[in-house]
Amino acid sequence: MEGVMSHASDLNLKATELRLGLPGTDEHDEFVSVAKNNKRALPDQSATDSGRKGISSGKSIDHEHEHEPAPKAQIVGWPPVRSYRKNNLQAKKTEAETGMYVKVSMDGAPYLRKIDLSVYNGYAELLKALESMFKLTIGDYSEREGYKGSEYAPAYEDKDGDLMLVGDVPWDMFMSSCKRLRIMKGSDASGLGCGV
Amino acid sequence: MAYSFPEEVLEHVFSFLTSDKDRNAVSLVCKSWYEIERWCRRRIFVGNCYAVSPEIVIRRFPEVRAVEIKGKPHFADFNLVPEGWGAYVYPWIAAMSAACPLLEEIKLKRMVVTDESLELISKSFKNFKVLVLSSCEGFTTDGLASIAANCRNLRELDLRESEVEDLSGHWLSHFPDNYTSLVSLNISCLGSEVSFSALERLVARSPNLRTLRLNRAVPLEKLPNLLRRAPQLVELGTGAYSAEIRSDTYSNLAEAFSACKQLKGLSGFWDAIPSYLPAMLHVCSGITSLNLSYATIQSPDLVQLVTQCRNLQRLWVLDYIEDRGLEALAASCKDLQELRVFPSDPFGAEPNVSLTEQGLVSVSEGCPKLQSVLYFCRQMSNAALVAIARNRPNLIRFRLCILEPRVPDYLTLEPLDTGFGAIVENCKELRRLSLSGLLTDRVFKYIGTHAKKLEMLSIAFAGDSDLGLHHVLSGCESLRKLEIRDCPFGDKALLANAAKLETMRSLWMSSCSVSYGACKLLGQKLPRLNVEVIDERGPPDSRPESCPVERLYVYRTVSGRRVDMPGFVWTMDEDASLRFS
Repeated sequence: MEGVMSHASDLNLKATELRLGLPGTDEHDEFVSVAKNNKRALPDQSATDSGRKGISSGKSIDHEHEHEPAPKAQIVGWPPVRSYRKNNLQAKKTEAETGMYVKVSMDGAPYLRKIDLSVYNGYAELLKALESMFKLTIGDYSEREGYKGSEYAPAYEDKDGDLMLVGDVPWDMFMSSCKRLRIMKGSDASGLGCGV
Repeated sequence: MAYSFPEEVLEHVFSFLTSDKDRNAVSLVCKSWYEIERWCRRRIFVGNCYAVSPEIVIRRFPEVRAVEIKGKPHFADFNLVPEGWGAYVYPWIAAMSAACPLLEEIKLKRMVVTDESLELISKSFKNFKVLVLSSCEGFTTDGLASIAANCRNLRELDLRESEVEDLSGHWLSHFPDNYTSLVSLNISCLGSEVSFSALERLVARSPNLRTLRLNRAVPLEKLPNLLRRAPQLVELGTGAYSAEIRSDTYSNLAEAFSACKQLKGLSGFWDAIPSYLPAMLHVCSGITSLNLSYATIQSPDLVQLVTQCRNLQRLWVLDYIEDRGLEALAASCKDLQELRVFPSDPFGAEPNVSLTEQGLVSVSEGCPKLQSVLYFCRQMSNAALVAIARNRPNLIRFRLCILEPRVPDYLTLEPLDTGFGAIVENCKELRRLSLSGLLTDRVFKYIGTHAKKLEMLSIAFAGDSDLGLHHVLSGCESLRKLEIRDCPFGDKALLANAAKLETMRSLWMSSCSVSYGACKLLGQKLPRLNVEVIDERGPPDSRPESCPVERLYVYRTVSGRRVDMPGFVWTMDEDASLRFS
């Protein structure tokens, strides 16, 4: 469908192209920059009497030597959407593109890492990624006892600055409140998990 | 004269006349009626700020209390009018400040308003009540502070879609503690945070507050604080409609909403997340106007909300609603009068949502009162347009924007002439029309033949020749505003229909084929028109006369050429040839 649409827009371009003077005279350089492609006209369309040839009767419709690259040029003021509307949508897009990066520190490690929370669908994926990144095992989560079975426990700092155990709250809520991650080790870790 | 009513009686009779048309008619009856009428006209509407000078207006209507003035042409909304073109309000304010101390209302659209103007307003009119700045620019929050501080009787402050330089949110605190007459506040266009405590206190001491439209920066968690203090609200614009998902936030919000028994209109909803939408369910049955055009939520959530609003009359929404959502709308909202569907991804090459012509057809089938449409989509067919036209002959405004220019009927690959032709032929009361897609001169023939009530027409990337323009100018009897961009219309039709331009408010043509020579001729022939050539390439004289101008703006005026033109605007008149020597 798209291919067909660009056929048609190419066909009409010659007819609606801005020109100086009368049809058949030399083409003026200045015209609106619109997307062009060099596809051939469909035979039945060139035969229709739509008056499209009115202005550029002297020129052929297939301008094969004029070849613009595929990405289309953005036309000023088109589509007619007010800028405050465009800005609203832009903001949303860039947010999605830049991701939700948070720092991850591990007790004893020389430097921190950064991960993008938005690429994970839930805690399982996140913990797997942390395990892989830091070459350790974190153990299984339980509400009662935190992370049993290993000396590491994942914690995070929330909006209020408090250190929280990863896994207590729904994933969405965690994503919006997590400011940074901290992988805690040994005795420090056990303090977080016990009987909150 | 053998008979005469005392003036006071006539004045009393005239006071029942509110429409400008009626008052204008009355003033033509005889000199004494003209005199009586002009002394008691309180509301003035100036559709083009350059059509008349403030001095003329004030001289004729010295007792004016409410003024509405429009400035830049509509295409300025899409950046087609260069910065600095004009439409400054200051001369109007200065003139009225001296002569109309009793002025109460100023409503401006697409004008340049400075802090100086705002300060002058705030200090000149003791009984000032209403300030509406629609799509204006040029002022900062300092100007707003003057209004807040000095307008003791202010009822309405509405900044809809204006561009405000946000210096600080403290301007709101300038409303004095004993100021209690606020009825309507719209700050939705402001970027930065206003002082929330000042806002809260203002709302608390405004028992007559009916309309409150917040800006994005007002967090959702704080919205209940405002709603609780203003349960009498009729129109509410939320701030950002997202927050951490917490049950207490949710229940506060739901409770606050349910206390607002008079709500009829809702807007705002930036960054909306679906989880918080059900908080509004209690008020849905009373809602008649819903603006979700900033809410980037998906179809199922939109449908859930919209179908609860059985009394909906106006819906603005993003194309996330999709065809299926519009079908649901058509089934639930039988009172719908106005629908606007905006594009979520206007510049994307591929469709990102499943919204096609079918959605609009469904609504046209299901909503018998539908009269106003603005629809952005990626494909259209003549068949769909014909169906819409047959379903809804009561359409008054029909604005269709197919995102890609010059796109044909996707089913038949033909131009959309027939489809739009059906619209103008069936919808006999059509007042406003915007065209898009592949269109030949034929569509203009249909428009000229049938669109007798059409007042405003917008054309882009359409037509084949001057014949198209000629059909419109010669056939559309009620035409007041014509705006054209990127069409192959040139000198012939324009010059042949020059006189028509004096019956219209304005004509805009950009990226067309109108030559400088023709513009000069037009300006010389018709002294009551201002023929403005707007060209950023330098003086038109430096190029051949046959060279097309970048932009042409023609409007009728009783005040002659304006004196505030920037360097890239030239007015063509009798002296044009002398002026350039």
